[in-house]
Amino acid sequence: MTDTIKVGMADYKVGENPSKIITLGLGSCVGITIYDKGKKIGGMAHIMLPKNTNPEKRSLKFADVAIEEMIEELLKKGSRLSGLEAKIAGGSQMFAFSSSDEKKSIGYRNAVAVKQILKELKINLIAEDTGGKFGRTIELDLSTGELKIKTIGHGEKYI
Amino acid sequence: MSMKIEALTDSELDALKEVGNIGAGNAATALSQILSKRVDMTVPRARVLELTKVPELLGGEENLVIGVYLRIFGDIQGNIMFLLPVNSAETLVEMLLGAAEEEGVLGEISQSAITEVGNIITSSYLNALSAFSGLTVVPSTPSLAYDMAGAILSTILIELSEVSDYALLIETEFMGDGKTIDGNFFMLPDLDSLNVLLKSIGAKKHD
Repeated sequence: MTDTIKVGMADYKVGENPSKIITLGLGSCVGITIYDKGKKIGGMAHIMLPKNTNPEKRSLKFADVAIEEMIEELLKKGSRLSGLEAKIAGGSQMFAFSSSDEKKSIGYRNAVAVKQILKELKINLIAEDTGGKFGRTIELDLSTGELKIKTIGHGEKYI
Repeated sequence: MSMKIEALTDSELDALKEVGNIGAGNAATALSQILSKRVDMTVPRARVLELTKVPELLGGEENLVIGVYLRIFGDIQGNIMFLLPVNSAETLVEMLLGAAEEEGVLGEISQSAITEVGNIITSSYLNALSAFSGLTVVPSTPSLAYDMAGAILSTILIELSEVSDYALLIETEFMGDGKTIDGNFFMLPDLDSLNVLLKSIGAKKHD
């Protein structure tokens, strides 16, 4: 039996083969998956903001905190940093105002920050589906590492 | 020292509910005038919710909805949004235009009509709020999104999430003739604006 682990906003979950991990309705938020192909374990985070601003209160709504804690948990389960691969999705601009520039939108800034954090942690980013003006539901298959991306009106794809 | 949303007292919440009631009453009147139909509304709820729980409202994160969203500027800042499930949006368009477009609510005319309705009822809501509180409140131009409820709601919560883990939602549901239209109206004031709003209506008990 395959169970599906659901990740809420500002949270992360890890699991192992043959589970799937899903998060629903990413808008400006970014979903980050980290997968260990060898061990067939992995995790998914659903972040809202780039970086933790209050050092006294670490929150999983921030990309840096969620990614660091998720990786730490995978390392505890026996993964090695060099064996981890990341995929990201989301970071869209749901509402377009005529005055707004996409590069200033929080979705864009989230995606940029996530890529920077992964780079600093030396995690290989192998695929991404970010930007646009639509929401995404993403599902990571822990038996393959494949990430399914569902949208409304913009099709379905795998990365 | 800025206030905490989760520390609002019952009497402060009641006062905010009253603001919501006056605004929503005006919005319902505007909606019924546009439709030339009777529009009922529920008594507004002023709720403090964990931010991460908000996208679960409206039938779940993946539920397909149409949202008309405006920023509020002036003496208070925040976000205001009119959200409709797709079937209600279709009914609304049919009532306004007489028939549905081939593309349904994705059609240009339909989207423009829904945006305009959102704009009118939001302005009515804010006019009432402004008259009641004596504050100047100016809405931005409206923007429409047709997508998953989670994607839409989380996007308007993101800004608030930089300073708080909680949101104050003033919600009202509108129901058209025979419950054919079921829309939700949300107002999410920014943290500092809550103080201003409570003071202006004489409901500020602590600082």
